[in-house]
Amino acid sequence: MNVHTNVRQWPDEGLTRVPYWIYSDQDLYAQEQERIFRGDTWNFLCLEAELPRANTFRTSNVGDMSVVVTRDANGVVHAFENRCAHRGALLCLVPHGERKEFACVYHNWTYDLAGNLTGVAFRRGIAGKGGMPPDATPEVHAPRKLRVEVLAGLVFGTLGADTPPLEAYLGPDITRGVRRVMRAPVRLLGGYSQALPSNWKLYMENTKDSYHASLLHMFFTTFRLNRLSQKGGLVVGENGAGHISYSMAADVAGKEYEQAKMRSAQDGYALEAPELLQSVDEFGDGVGLQILAVFPGFVLQQIRNSLAVRRIIPQGLDRTELVWTCFGFTTDDDALNALRLRQANLIGPAGFISMEDGAATGFVQRGSRGAPRELSVVEMGGRGTSSEESRISEAAVRGFWKSYRAHMRM
Amino acid sequence: MTGEHDCSSLSSVLRRLTCDLAIQDLNARYAEALDDDRLEEWPEFFRPDGRYHITTAENIAQGFPIGIVSATSRAMLRDRIKALRQANVYEAQRYRHVLGAPRVTSQNGELTARTSFMVARIMHTGETMIFATGCYQDRIALNGAGATFAEKVVVLDSRLVDTLLAIPL
Repeated sequence: MNVHTNVRQWPDEGLTRVPYWIYSDQDLYAQEQERIFRGDTWNFLCLEAELPRANTFRTSNVGDMSVVVTRDANGVVHAFENRCAHRGALLCLVPHGERKEFACVYHNWTYDLAGNLTGVAFRRGIAGKGGMPPDATPEVHAPRKLRVEVLAGLVFGTLGADTPPLEAYLGPDITRGVRRVMRAPVRLLGGYSQALPSNWKLYMENTKDSYHASLLHMFFTTFRLNRLSQKGGLVVGENGAGHISYSMAADVAGKEYEQAKMRSAQDGYALEAPELLQSVDEFGDGVGLQILAVFPGFVLQQIRNSLAVRRIIPQGLDRTELVWTCFGFTTDDDALNALRLRQANLIGPAGFISMEDGAATGFVQRGSRGAPRELSVVEMGGRGTSSEESRISEAAVRGFWKSYRAHMRM
Repeated sequence: MTGEHDCSSLSSVLRRLTCDLAIQDLNARYAEALDDDRLEEWPEFFRPDGRYHITTAENIAQGFPIGIVSATSRAMLRDRIKALRQANVYEAQRYRHVLGAPRVTSQNGELTARTSFMVARIMHTGETMIFATGCYQDRIALNGAGATFAEKVVVLDSRLVDTLLAIPL
């Protein structure tokens, strides 16, 4: 027992060291679900555009808990646990659709679109026989409702009673970053999922790791889409919960990569179909790439004109589903739409610049398996979690652990 | 040949069989090139303006245009192979394609074929899994030079891809 407790001590070095047991402790996984995902955090649920009309719904997740997100007859967005009050069966078995109420298939208990229990089959029995006692109150066990906030077309939910309002949770910089991308009504372009062979935290660290982007993803670097020598920066929210990594589209880079003889620098590697990299400055600020992540499991991506939201579903210690939803805007003309569809080649499980993430997080999971007491070193860009101009920094990764430890009371 | 079951004369039956065999042969050579890691040959199975698109049944059902891979020329396919060979990082792996019999139709001189596929992925560690199942929805150009794909739409039955999709399907 003592040994167990000792193992879970965070190292004295603080945020610059991450113990490997953090990715492989089964008890911790359950605790994370409770304290983080079902705790005082905002979880991205879906795009508002995925609820296009009154009486539409889609299922989503808060951690590994299934939730139903709805738009009721008055247009109000709700989210509630996907669990019947009676025996705990899933209430909704399809990913999306149109419905005025939900009926559990098991015993036909019914719910309105706000998640209120509205009917118990044969509650009074038949002809005075059977049914529930008159004083029974099954409503008490109704699915838990999430507090919902919609920010610029993004639907977030929280189960925590003490979660601050969404914009306060994000802070002004991250809120501005969200609004910058979500500049018009969303048009859905489709999506897919990727099964990552790693703990969910490894993927979130990966998205916050601006240091790796142009080193692991050689495609990026080779075509000067994102080099660390390109102008850009790293913005870390005050509580560490959110971060933005960005770079300007214009290439002002020197030859640092070539001089250092890095694997990821291969000049002279030209595309036969360079139209793949054609893009327009739709935001009018010259920023070619913005990766924005929000604790615990949300990513908003702008890679040139390729826009997507990503959310994670933890599925055990060493498996995470990454749900990608790609979008444009209803105001897009055909040319911009075509650019988005072409640039989609850059992202997703087959993406020229993102396919490696799925593998790399798995490499850490496998590589650290036998070393629960060893520590990983997170010291690029110093020891703090503040914003900085250089992306040769792990400040946002440290920000992630700052949030994590606060929620886990660690 | 018009429609699917024109067996009104011996010559139309023969034409139909010729088309079917040509497409079966195209499919077999295509799958073999991928499974044998002859990826540089892969673009040559397409017309210069050939389209290659990987998507999911869910996206198709909802009319969503996004592709997991979306190429509109043989040049783009060559770029993808070049990137796989020189830029992208992934663990050594290979595929084994198992293809069903193509269902061939012909309209206005254009051949289309739908072919079920299952692809096993074999990692360098020996781990083998069913990586993908789905349907090829192809438009095929058949001329004196042989059969090539004018369009190949790979419709995955599942929306979930394990780890990454590097080698084409």
